[in-house]
Amino acid sequence: MRRSSLIWRARSLAVLVKDIKSELRTRYAAGAIAMFAVVTIVAIGFSLGGIALDINLQAIMLWLSIYFAAAAGLGQSFIKEEEAKTSLALRIYAPSGAVYNGKLLFNLIILAGLGLLIVPLFALLIGLNVASYGLFLTILTAGLIGLACTTTLIAAIVARASVKSTLFTVMAFPIVLPLLVLAIKGTQKALLAGVLFSDGIGELLGLSSYSAVMLIAGMLLFDYVWND
Amino acid sequence: MHMIWKLLVLVLFIWVIIGAWLFEPPMMGVEGPEVYRIFYFHVPVALVTFFAYGLAMYNGLMYLNNRRLEYDDRSVLAAALGTIFCALATLSGSVFAKFAWRSFWNWDPRETSIVVLLLIYLAYFALRSAVADAERRAALSAVYSVLGFISAVFTIFIWPRLTPGLHPGAPGDSSGKFISMSTAAAIVFIPSLLAFTILFVWIYSLSVRISRLEQERAEKEI
Repeated sequence: MRRSSLIWRARSLAVLVKDIKSELRTRYAAGAIAMFAVVTIVAIGFSLGGIALDINLQAIMLWLSIYFAAAAGLGQSFIKEEEAKTSLALRIYAPSGAVYNGKLLFNLIILAGLGLLIVPLFALLIGLNVASYGLFLTILTAGLIGLACTTTLIAAIVARASVKSTLFTVMAFPIVLPLLVLAIKGTQKALLAGVLFSDGIGELLGLSSYSAVMLIAGMLLFDYVWND
Repeated sequence: MHMIWKLLVLVLFIWVIIGAWLFEPPMMGVEGPEVYRIFYFHVPVALVTFFAYGLAMYNGLMYLNNRRLEYDDRSVLAAALGTIFCALATLSGSVFAKFAWRSFWNWDPRETSIVVLLLIYLAYFALRSAVADAERRAALSAVYSVLGFISAVFTIFIWPRLTPGLHPGAPGDSSGKFISMSTAAAIVFIPSLLAFTILFVWIYSLSVRISRLEQERAEKEI
C-alpha cells in the first residue's frame, strides 16, 4: 500500500514534469493563452478608448478575458497527447489517477501564469480599482483553481472526441458558469470601496466547495474517459 | 404503461386546467392575480426538466456500470425529452416575464439558470455528435451528464437564492419565505406536478420501447 502510493505520486509528478518540459520546448499552450489574453485585453481597451469602467464591469471583463483565454489553451494538454499518439504510452506507464493529477497540476501552473499575465495587463490598460487586495487575490486564486479542477476532465473528454475545435469552449461554459458567477461577484465585492475581507467569505466558500465537488467528480470519472 | 396511469393523467390535467382558473394563484402583484396563473404550468415543467436530466445522468451511470448500450439509448431519450420540456419552460417563463415584469428577458438568476440548463443539454448533444464510435460516445456522454447535473443543481437550487432577483425566493424578495404556498394553490400545484411527471414518464417509456423495437428490427435485417 505504501509503495504503491509512492509510485502514484512519482508517476503524477513525472507526468507533470514531462508536460512542463514539452511545453517549454514548443510553448504551444502557453503561447495560445498568452496571445488570446493580450488580444482580448487590447480589444477591450481599444474599444473603450480611455473611458473608465464601472467596477462591476471591470470584474466582469476581467473574468471573461480569463475564461476565454483559459478555454483557448487548457484543452491542449490532452489534445497534444492524442495528436502525438503518445496517449497509449501514457496509459501503460501510469495509473489513470496519476495522469489526472499530473495534468491537473500542469493546468494549475498554466492558469497561474495566465493570472500573472492578465491581471497586471488589465490593471494597466483598462484599470482595476482594487479596494481589498487580500480579497481580490484570494478570489482570483480560488477562481483559477476552480477553473483548473472543472476543466481538466472536460479537456480529457474533448481530446477523445473526433471533432475537437470549438467543442471545449461549448462544453466547458455551462459547467464553469457557477464558478464564473461566484468569481465575478467576489471580485466586484473586492473592488468596492470600504469592503472587508469577511464580506467575500460567502463567495470563497462557494468557489472552494464547487471546485472540491468537481475535483472529486473528475477523479472518480476520469478512469472512464481515459481507458476505453 | 398501464391504463390506470393514463386515466390518472387525463383526470389530473382536467383538474389542473379547471383549477388553474378557479383557484387563486399563489402570488399577488400589482398586475392582478391573473398573470400568475401560469405558475401552475411553468414551474412543474421546469421541475420535470430537472428530473429528466437526473434520469439522463442515472442512465449514464448505469451504462458506465455495466456497459450495455441500451442504457445509453435511454440516456439520450431522457435528455432529448428534457430539452423539449426545458424549451417549454423557457418560453412560458418568458411570456410570464413580459406580463409580470414588463420585458421578455431580464437576466434574473432563475431565468438564466433555465438557459444554462438548455446550454448543458445542447453541449451534451454537441458532444454526442462529435464522437464517432458508439461505445466511446456512450462513455463520454455519461461522464458529461454527471458534470452537467452537478452544475445544474448549483445553478437551479443554489444560485437563485444567493443573488437578488425577480423570482420569488431570491434574497430581497418582499415575501421573505423559502417556499410558501397557500392550500388553495397547493391543491392545483401538486396535481399539476404529478400530471407533468407522469406525462414525461409516459412519453419516455414509449420512446424507449420504440427505440428498442427499431434496434431489433435493424438486427433482424442484418
